[in-house]
Amino acid sequence: MTGERAIEFREVWKGFQRHTGRLLLRSHVGNWFRGRREAGVFHALKGLSFEMLPGESVAVVGANGAGKSTLLSLVAGLAPADSGTVAVNGRVAALLELGSGFHPDLTGAENIRLNAALLGIHRERMREIYGEIVEFAEIADFMDEPLRTYSAGMVMRLAFSVAVNVDPDILLIDEVLAVGDHAFRAKCFDKILDFRRRGKTILCVSHVSDMVQRLCSRALWLDHGELMLDGPIAAVCEAYEGRPSVQG
Amino acid sequence: MSASASALTPGAIPRSKWTGDHLYLIQNLILKDIRVRYRNMSLGVLWSLLNPLVMMGVLWFVFTKIYNTQIPHFAVFVLCGIVPYNVFALSWLTGTTSLVESATLIKRVPVPREIIPIAAVLSNCVHMSCQVALLLLLVAFSGIGVNRYWVILPVVWLLEILFVLGLALIFSGLNVYTRDVRYVVESVNVVLFWLVPIFYQFSRIPPQFREIYQYNPVAALVLASQRILVEGVYPQTSLLLKLAASSLLVFVLGFIVFRKLRTGFYNYL
Repeated sequence: MTGERAIEFREVWKGFQRHTGRLLLRSHVGNWFRGRREAGVFHALKGLSFEMLPGESVAVVGANGAGKSTLLSLVAGLAPADSGTVAVNGRVAALLELGSGFHPDLTGAENIRLNAALLGIHRERMREIYGEIVEFAEIADFMDEPLRTYSAGMVMRLAFSVAVNVDPDILLIDEVLAVGDHAFRAKCFDKILDFRRRGKTILCVSHVSDMVQRLCSRALWLDHGELMLDGPIAAVCEAYEGRPSVQG
Repeated sequence: MSASASALTPGAIPRSKWTGDHLYLIQNLILKDIRVRYRNMSLGVLWSLLNPLVMMGVLWFVFTKIYNTQIPHFAVFVLCGIVPYNVFALSWLTGTTSLVESATLIKRVPVPREIIPIAAVLSNCVHMSCQVALLLLLVAFSGIGVNRYWVILPVVWLLEILFVLGLALIFSGLNVYTRDVRYVVESVNVVLFWLVPIFYQFSRIPPQFREIYQYNPVAALVLASQRILVEGVYPQTSLLLKLAASSLLVFVLGFIVFRKLRTGFYNYL
């Protein structure tokens, strides 16, 4: 098929119920009788449309609460859209919150296996890449220690090493480039640039403007769930950073 | 590129996102539960033997020394009810709370959600297999002995696991929307404890209730276990068929209900 999109959003709406008291049985019963109230819905995305070609690398910029993370969770398949269509072609790896599946009482080695399995790595492939993961993290001496004895930087190293070895077609990155010390950060960045060279699609959210500008060629500026601007990264960043600083 | 294009109708969750190794993941989740449970204990895995041993010891003492009944091997009879009941009740409860307890995971990693309650139930079953093994040893060496119907036991217990898996899928999903569900499960477990013939014999149940009793898979499980282990008789084909029918039904129903429930998980967790 020619011109197949890697990611395509068409008029996507996504809202969240405001949660106060909503999980109680009482309010469920109440809703049952009164019919669903639409009041109290917070819209994170309001009719968002955009598309990405395979091999493109796109950054999403915007203030807190603009809908950036919601956008990534829709692409990752974590949440369904309320209306509109989300189409994704290819294997997605989401570096959303690194180490979500980690357990402090398990050793580094055990956490690697569990996390890799969660990210979708198969048993046979795990045998091949286990060594690479440990080597990339540079903490081979601590593999048999429980994770709770690790420093925050070591945990992040381990999580990142597992995540980048999933080998996806589409890589989603949410603020995870703030990992570890300077040298390790540079190494992670190289790894991601390498993804790009190999023609993978990258969609990332970051406030580190300088890194984003080196990694991506295009940017989307979201504001309160709406697309303000879609264009070359330099122009979008300039417009975003030069915006009138209204506190929302 | 593969034809995994997932153009979606609103509300549907893309299905082709997670192409991982289901068995490898379940194995790792079970290993995690078992390791975490015992890692910081000085006696480690020994606890999974000690706990049931203490329970069995107390029951043995009460039902042979204090509460003397006419029923032969009453302590063993009670244990044949309590052990399968315990496996059921605890598996159901851990399964029910599993999704809420893994909330951060579910909001960050696109694993198939079914795997979380399934792994929780299975790891609980693995954990409690020590109790089952102890029970079998007790029966074998307490003068009752082994009989040829023991070969049916794995089938009976497998059906029970299917039944709990179905229940866990339904109730873990409901528990996401309404956190009270876990307390409902706890209460139902208490009721079930007395509605299942653990401390009384099936023959004491009034005839008009017996039919219904056998459709309760927990009661059927306990009955079958008692017939095989204590009485050493074949537990009626009709009883086994009822157990199989209701277990498989609940198992399939679990997956169907879970599919309906999971669309809202992200918003409610």
